[in-house]
Amino acid sequence: MYQITCPHCGPRAQTEFTYERTTDSVVDPAADAHTAMQALYTRANPMGLDEEIWRHTYGCRAWMVLTRHRVTHVIEAVKAIGPEALA
Amino acid sequence: MSGPARAPSGEETIPFTFDGTTYHARPGDTLAAALLANGVGLVARSFKYHRPRGIMSAGIEEPNALVTVGKGGRTEPNTRATDVFVYPGMVAMSQNRWPSLSFDIASIFGLAAPALGAGFYYKTFFGPAKHWMLYEGFIRRAAGLGNAPTEPDPDNFSQRAGFCDVLVVGSGPAGLKAALEAAEAGKRVMLVEQDAVPGGSLLRDPDPAIDPAAMVERIKALGGEVLLRTTASGYWDHNFLTLTQRLVEPGAVPPHGFAQRLWHVRAGRVVLATGLIERPVPFANNDHPGVMLSQAVRSYVRRWGVLPGKRVVVATNNDDAYLTAQALVEAGAEVVALLDARASGPAAPAGVSVHYDARPSSVTGRKHALRNVTAVIGGSEQSFEADLIAVSGGFVPVSHLHMQAGGKLVWNEEAQAFIPGETPQMCETIGSALSPPPAPAVAPAGKAKKSFVDFQNDVSLADIDLAWQEGYRSVEHLKRYTTLGMATDQGKTSNMVALSRLAEKQGVTVPQAGLTTFRPPFTPVTMGLLAGAGARNAGAHVRRIPLHVLHKAHDPIWQPLGYWFRPRAYPVDGESLAQAALREARTVRTVAGLSDVSTLGKFEVSGPDAAALLELVCATTVGKLAVGRGRYTFMLREDGFVSDDGTVWRLAENRYLLTSSTGGADRMAHHISYVRNSLRPDLKCSVVNVQEHYAGIALAGPRARSILSALIGAEPPRHMGYVPGVLAGVPVHVLAASYSGERAFEIHVEASHAAAVWKAIEAATRAEGGAPYGLEAMELLRIEKGHVVVGGEVDGRSTPQDLGLGGMLNKAGGFIGAAGLTRPALALPDRNNLVGLVSLDGPIPEGGMLIQRAGQSPQGHVTAAARRILEGGAIALALLEGGHKRHGEEMIVSSPTRGEKARVRVTSPHFYDPAGERYRD
Repeated sequence: MYQITCPHCGPRAQTEFTYERTTDSVVDPAADAHTAMQALYTRANPMGLDEEIWRHTYGCRAWMVLTRHRVTHVIEAVKAIGPEALA
Repeated sequence: MSGPARAPSGEETIPFTFDGTTYHARPGDTLAAALLANGVGLVARSFKYHRPRGIMSAGIEEPNALVTVGKGGRTEPNTRATDVFVYPGMVAMSQNRWPSLSFDIASIFGLAAPALGAGFYYKTFFGPAKHWMLYEGFIRRAAGLGNAPTEPDPDNFSQRAGFCDVLVVGSGPAGLKAALEAAEAGKRVMLVEQDAVPGGSLLRDPDPAIDPAAMVERIKALGGEVLLRTTASGYWDHNFLTLTQRLVEPGAVPPHGFAQRLWHVRAGRVVLATGLIERPVPFANNDHPGVMLSQAVRSYVRRWGVLPGKRVVVATNNDDAYLTAQALVEAGAEVVALLDARASGPAAPAGVSVHYDARPSSVTGRKHALRNVTAVIGGSEQSFEADLIAVSGGFVPVSHLHMQAGGKLVWNEEAQAFIPGETPQMCETIGSALSPPPAPAVAPAGKAKKSFVDFQNDVSLADIDLAWQEGYRSVEHLKRYTTLGMATDQGKTSNMVALSRLAEKQGVTVPQAGLTTFRPPFTPVTMGLLAGAGARNAGAHVRRIPLHVLHKAHDPIWQPLGYWFRPRAYPVDGESLAQAALREARTVRTVAGLSDVSTLGKFEVSGPDAAALLELVCATTVGKLAVGRGRYTFMLREDGFVSDDGTVWRLAENRYLLTSSTGGADRMAHHISYVRNSLRPDLKCSVVNVQEHYAGIALAGPRARSILSALIGAEPPRHMGYVPGVLAGVPVHVLAASYSGERAFEIHVEASHAAAVWKAIEAATRAEGGAPYGLEAMELLRIEKGHVVVGGEVDGRSTPQDLGLGGMLNKAGGFIGAAGLTRPALALPDRNNLVGLVSLDGPIPEGGMLIQRAGQSPQGHVTAAARRILEGGAIALALLEGGHKRHGEEMIVSSPTRGEKARVRVTSPHFYDPAGERYRD
């Protein structure tokens, strides 16, 4: 089980979080069907670092992007996203 | 073995039974030590050939001495006799034998061993099926270990979280030192030991300079946690480990109800001081009782005062076994020969004759006791009369946790062993696991057929050779074909012996031959421990709806729905569920009924951009709603399929209420949050999940309007309208929405005030001849009305068009799923469409398949079946290929699993008041 450092709450167990998707599979609501399906169904799946969107669902409920190594599971960075992070 | 192997001292105070015979143990005895002390040498029968087996080791690696411990629901099969400490009244039984351990009829399998070799099952499966049918029952009865208990486990299992700076696994000299140093440096320390006493190898080879008990006391005094009888069974990501702690021995009655505890520990740093496991030596009949690992012999002699043999042969390829010879001599045994496979060795104890270039080739015994050891010494054979042979084939570092942590192994040629190397986690191995004694490779001297490698799965050198001969080159294939290393001991004593053989066959070095992966758990884990409190029907929290107590007074039939329980029906006068539901539905159709809809998903969206967010989430228009108006809506996934539905209401200029289905509420909460935070953080709006903030009460029926009007002292809103109001002195939202097909209202009220509102509505409704109705009546009402339900018709494969909702789509697009919906395949004419079915004969079986004639492939299926409420006749909703264009067609609904059939006519799904005249204004 990972230990994820929530930007708002500090280090917490993975069970408090929900995985959403990788940033490269985010579908722009304005995208055409082809682009949207490409984002949904053809993922990069790199053997190395990837960016993933997670939510601290059973904690502060805030969203963040993890830079996680897909082989070693080392989490190199956690960045808050959402309206509060825009400023 | 003959006669007791430990002279009674008066400390034999603990009575226990083995196979019905009562023996006595000393405090601190393992079952294995106590059996040996009482002269019991035969303790088990092997898995496949039912060969007699004794005790081989003194630790958790034991492959032979598996027994069943305990009675009734506390029965624990396949317990290692070396890993259970005797307690008063302990009941232990041998396994896999009939009628008795010493006379086991199935041991004739041993004679049939050539036919049951590697790949026997595969070959049988590939043979004609009738052969398997012939063998199956026989094989299933004959092969196996202990039997699982049939009664429920009466004990509880606890789970606990732990945190520490340093977690030390193993309390041998290295582990004790590391733990004490960390504790003295002010670290939070946890020290874990699977044995009942600390010390590890010190229990076998005491060092006067190290006092384990004193060191443990010192660690505890510094605030450290020392867990005995606790195994670090899994090493997961980010230094997260699971520990399994025995609070009582297997089969014992726990004083506080808890038999075991599962620890979830997050450690800053992990120190693995896990030591070594000794390698057995392959020779003919090396599985015979009386063949024991050298260090195990030393443990029995030194730790438990048990002499497992009086005339002993020691066979080794390393220096460590000389210490065993010394211990045996000191204890008064006769070491008749020390067979060293090397050309020279250290000084032997006085009086022990050492033979170099000497390897055991076979042993023989009678009545399950060892009689004779034959060895090849410098090319010639020599026999020794002996009742015990202590063997050492070198040592295997216990690197399981290190590998689970993602660590690499490094080959040590001198010790013929893999040593823990680099690891990606904050973890290091210390102590003897890093420096196993030198032990050169030795070619086995005996016949391969009876030279066992994996004792628990009865895999011999000959089986490995056969697998090789049949083309199994990779160690992974070898493992699967021979079942080597796949028993409950996971190959702790067998993997390296087998790997050496494979490497020898391939003509490569051991590291070139490869290695299989160690996976958790390190030793077997009780399933109930993983379930914890969940084993007692507490896997999920039970959430109570705000009106739970009020419903309970009516003694309804409850139905689980999402996380909640809601009344399914309120039977009166001994009504059945069907009778109650029909009465309730008829009451709604003719008078009025009230129902609890508190579990609906509810979201309040506010702010200048609230409509923009909702038009992204909802596939219908939202922005055009006037204040005080609402509409039916549905939400799509990004691929265009419907995910949920509900209603959306404009409560004020910049304030909306969105409802969604009960079961999908958590998913919807996550989805809306994702859209808001990840896709459109720029929008000026806020989303609040008010699902449990508001209780919801539906009031439906021809008299609903007049009842509500009197209660709120005002004109209720017209259809799809919203007004704030006060009911029973409590502020409420009144929404006019109909799910039942009648004039209906939803009254949403702050949960803590819901009881007063429900009571007022119930009294007024009953005064008019109405009644509460449950989920079953609601189902009858909505099926007759043709409303879809999430999880029924909305099954994750249906588009808005499939469900007849295409006309409501926001023409401007821009909502989530709009792009996905344009895919050509979603517009094909043969997609499954929502239709109604009217029965032409009896009831329609739910879940039945739609066909045109017998034998045809299904063209659709029934999603919900019901009966008409006021008149007779059976109806159903179904998804049917090209269904929109097939109204009027006659078909058959067939349910082979229920053995039911019905002739039906395909119709529109709206059976009742299709124009909505009963609730429109």
